[in-house]
Amino acid sequence: MRILLFTLLLAATPALSQAPVPNPAPAHPELRAVLDEFGGMPGLRALMDDFMVILLDDPRMRPFFENVDQQRVKDKLAEQFCVILGGDCVYTGLDMVESHKGHEIRHADFNILVEDLQIAMERRGISTRAQNQLLAKLAPMYREVINK
Amino acid sequence: MTRLGLALALLVSGSAFGQGFGGKLILTGGVSQLEGAAGGGLTPWAVIGGYGSRDQIGANAWYSRVDVDDYTLDAFGLMAGFYDRLELSYARQEFDTRAIGAALGLGRGFTFEQDVYGAKLKLLGDAVLDQDRWYPQLSLGVQHKRNRQGAVVRAVGAEDDSGTDVYLSATKLYLAQSLLVNGTLRYTEANQIGILGFGGDQGSGSLEVEGSLAYLLTRKLALGAEFRTKPDQLSIADEDLWWDVFLAWAPTRHVSLTLAYVDLGNVVVADQRGAYLSVQVGF
Repeated sequence: MRILLFTLLLAATPALSQAPVPNPAPAHPELRAVLDEFGGMPGLRALMDDFMVILLDDPRMRPFFENVDQQRVKDKLAEQFCVILGGDCVYTGLDMVESHKGHEIRHADFNILVEDLQIAMERRGISTRAQNQLLAKLAPMYREVINK
Repeated sequence: MTRLGLALALLVSGSAFGQGFGGKLILTGGVSQLEGAAGGGLTPWAVIGGYGSRDQIGANAWYSRVDVDDYTLDAFGLMAGFYDRLELSYARQEFDTRAIGAALGLGRGFTFEQDVYGAKLKLLGDAVLDQDRWYPQLSLGVQHKRNRQGAVVRAVGAEDDSGTDVYLSATKLYLAQSLLVNGTLRYTEANQIGILGFGGDQGSGSLEVEGSLAYLLTRKLALGAEFRTKPDQLSIADEDLWWDVFLAWAPTRHVSLTLAYVDLGNVVVADQRGAYLSVQVGF
């Protein structure tokens, strides 16, 4: 009954009746071995430190990150990746539409960020195969992230 | 060389704009196949060439050389990709018959030349980013070919010196497996991709199958293999399928190098195997 009421409520509310925003951190327990290769949560935190340095050093990416709370971005990304890779973590950040609202993000911006992430992963010695297993889960988020 | 100059000018202006160009992931625009489309070395892929993403344009210039037992094929061209939707290309092929030309009475070093004008339109899907969907990126392409040795190709039995190939390509990157898979269906009347003209006494057009597999060793390096079946329309010379094994390397997003071992089978003379080298510059 509660489900029925909820469904009716959804149908009656125009804003909510649109397709829901996908889960920003779907857990993939089968990727636990990939998380191990990243060095678990400590490895992800170290990766984010490197990633943010690369982003701020990239003139195409700097405008998106220079005026935000960089520590918060790094913390939320580490949590998000940890959950996706089947870790015992909790993602406490916003969904992918909400978290990118303040910026105009185009396809090129999305891909350049992915490339900077690849460079950060390469520098930490993570194998191409493990990198791609993570990227395969992140790539479809382009639909929520790109808003321009 | 003026073509190369133009391409370099485009390249420099592309770099100068910075943010407005080069928004695609490295190697995801493929390399240039022999007829000028973005793809592997022999077969087109559904991807749109160049590094332009959906808000951008991209372009490149390329040169390829195939050196098999009795022939060399030099090919070069230009390609532009618009908004990751439409690709336009031009390619020139020069097929040097070397000593075989003399044996056929054409003269030593007789060279068949062909111009190929290509267009490719992306219909649906995103080969790279749609990792959660089952369907591939699908594109429809045409290659209009004009052989410059009309009298000779008719003399060997071809019906025509020009023809238009139509193809449908499906490409999907299985990122979790680091594997790119491509399949192409092509309707063509071309003998040896048009080098020996179009149509013949044994047929005038057929549906052919092409396929490629590429494994991403790193984001800049891919190891792959391809094949393409071809019509067999001239009674004077059997025609075989072509295949190759390739290594494609993009040290930067402005340059790629492709090295392959290629088997062209019977081209008037049997067992034409050898090396394929291709260089592409662009943005």
